[in-house]
Amino acid sequence: MNPRRLLAIAYKETLQIWRDPRSLAIALLMPLLQMVLLGYGVSLDIKRVPLCVYDQERSQLSRELVERFVASGWFATTARLGNDRAIREAMDRGTCIGAVVIPIDFSRVFTTTGRVSVQTVFDATDANTTNIAIGYAQGIIAQTTTDFETRWAASHGLRLRSVGGVDLQPRVWFNEGLASANFIIPGVVAVILALVGAQLTSLTVSREWERGTMEQLVSTPVTALELMLGKLAPYFVIGLFDAAFCLCGAAFWFGVPFRGSIVTVVLTTALFALVVMGIGYLLSVRIHSQLGASQIALTLTMLPTTMLSGYTFPIDQMPAPIRAVTYLVYSRYYVTILRAVFLKGSSLQDLAAPVLALVFYAAVIVWIAARSFRKRLD
Amino acid sequence: MTDVPPAVVAQGLTKRFGAFTAVDHLDLSIATGEVVGFIGPNGAGKSTTIRMLCGLLRPTEGSAQVAGFDVGQQPEAVRAHIGYMSQKFSLYGDLTVRENLRFFGGIYRVPRRDIQERTRVAIAMAGLEGREDTLVRTLAGGWKQRLALGCAILHRPPVLFLDEPTSGVEPEARRRFWDLIHNLAADGVTILVSTHYMDEAEYCNRIALIDAGQLVAIGSPGELRRHELGGELFEIECSALGAGLAVLRQAPGVAEAAIFGDKLHVLVRSGAAGAGALQAELERKGIKSSPPHAIVPSLEDVFVQLVSHPHGESGRP
Repeated sequence: MNPRRLLAIAYKETLQIWRDPRSLAIALLMPLLQMVLLGYGVSLDIKRVPLCVYDQERSQLSRELVERFVASGWFATTARLGNDRAIREAMDRGTCIGAVVIPIDFSRVFTTTGRVSVQTVFDATDANTTNIAIGYAQGIIAQTTTDFETRWAASHGLRLRSVGGVDLQPRVWFNEGLASANFIIPGVVAVILALVGAQLTSLTVSREWERGTMEQLVSTPVTALELMLGKLAPYFVIGLFDAAFCLCGAAFWFGVPFRGSIVTVVLTTALFALVVMGIGYLLSVRIHSQLGASQIALTLTMLPTTMLSGYTFPIDQMPAPIRAVTYLVYSRYYVTILRAVFLKGSSLQDLAAPVLALVFYAAVIVWIAARSFRKRLD
Repeated sequence: MTDVPPAVVAQGLTKRFGAFTAVDHLDLSIATGEVVGFIGPNGAGKSTTIRMLCGLLRPTEGSAQVAGFDVGQQPEAVRAHIGYMSQKFSLYGDLTVRENLRFFGGIYRVPRRDIQERTRVAIAMAGLEGREDTLVRTLAGGWKQRLALGCAILHRPPVLFLDEPTSGVEPEARRRFWDLIHNLAADGVTILVSTHYMDEAEYCNRIALIDAGQLVAIGSPGELRRHELGGELFEIECSALGAGLAVLRQAPGVAEAAIFGDKLHVLVRSGAAGAGALQAELERKGIKSSPPHAIVPSLEDVFVQLVSHPHGESGRP
């Protein structure tokens, strides 16, 4: 291997990236766009669920209950209804996915018995969202009930005894706010790197085949290894730059807590970049068309990274055969590593297994990629 | 030149793509410093042969040595000793003139102390002084070709393969290009250049005619004209070209007749009846004609004659 040839290729490639609007856009605009799109767009949190209120009583107490729904931030009242039929209509129109029905004797029952009773109706078309919304609603109603009962007891000169024997106080570690952003955004970095890395490199050799420059290049004494390293070097730098941008975005813009070491992140990111770029380069060498190579690169990187890396869909909840397949998905290891480093501050030793898996993948893919380039036309 | 080993030797060089034989047992020997023109119709196997000689395609059969190295066994050594210009323009259009030269200088590991001077020479050779920082894709054809040649010889290779370097280039630029080729040959560079321009064939020391993958003839332009036709060529003006052609094709002793512009070219086999018989034959069918006169065949005549007949058939003594 000759360093001078390697440098000549790396320099040429850099000039070409710099002068190619398509490559530049993928390298510089894509991460920004994806970060905004995925960072803001993909959130498993449920906020401001549209809620209709059918308040049959319209008393001070009933209004207080509705107020508590709104104050929680999880619900937003979108309509006040006058009859039962209107609930169905509102759901059909999509005005709300849930309704609170407060009975006409709400206050009277409360003042005489100290108990409250309300009805909630939910549209379970989107079962996941509805489940979470029901959970929130139950929480609000339970809290309100307790408060009201305490108040009633006090007004009657009674002390409310604690009824249940166990008082459960759950505590959540690592992602204390249970914000799904903290869970998802580190994975977004993996998705972006997979997308950008493989897309850029999938064009690099196929472009030369398409333009006819490769025939000239293979007639020179350049070696397959020089070609691969020279071509990948500038993309590797771009990939690390993009990763740094996304990681900073995750930590500073989206406020995902970063508790681990930067070295661990840089090291594992470099490994992951090698894997995706190796895949892109391999495809570029094998498929002599830019379009074909970039399409297949998309299928081999973006698809498994979004679906099977556990970035949004938890691997634990997948059926066993699919779960087995995820072990083949290299991004799974990187997503695991990023999450652990961000939220738990895990060290390289803690992450030995996923890190070694990435090392293995990087080694195998780079080895295959280096060998796959043939300096022949047949 | 006899005591110097030939720069390019091919023995029984064959390339098959599936059932199709692109190059069929080709034998060729090119002496050092020779300019050999490679001529033949499209698909005759010119590019395939050149690619095999460059080590880009593996011969199915046979062998070839270039600059003393075997193309099958030592392709890397071959690549270090050749310059190659492929049929399709193959410099980087999105790089400037200087950047292209610098790139190939790096790839060929041109000694650092020489790179400045060689780049300057290449730019001068291409006539691109003052346009060093122009993007190559904006250059016109002739400049591109000369620059491509400059890139291909940056490492001073002893053997040069040029695959239709002047196709699509205007005549004036083609002439300039051939001046460069002759300058290189004068410096001892061996050159195999394919072309489909007959006038360019005349500039070569020797011409190799290839058809359907086989070497049909090889020799200097003069030799080809004298020997390969296998007869004497006459030019006849007559009143009705089409009818005249039909008559002459049937006439005894005529090997070939064709319309050339507003005249007929007729090839009469050696030893056949003289030219007078041709005119008499036309008169008999009521076609007026000028007395036929013998002409020196152009290479195109030779070419048409050789490739229009299946290999080894009539037309040759």
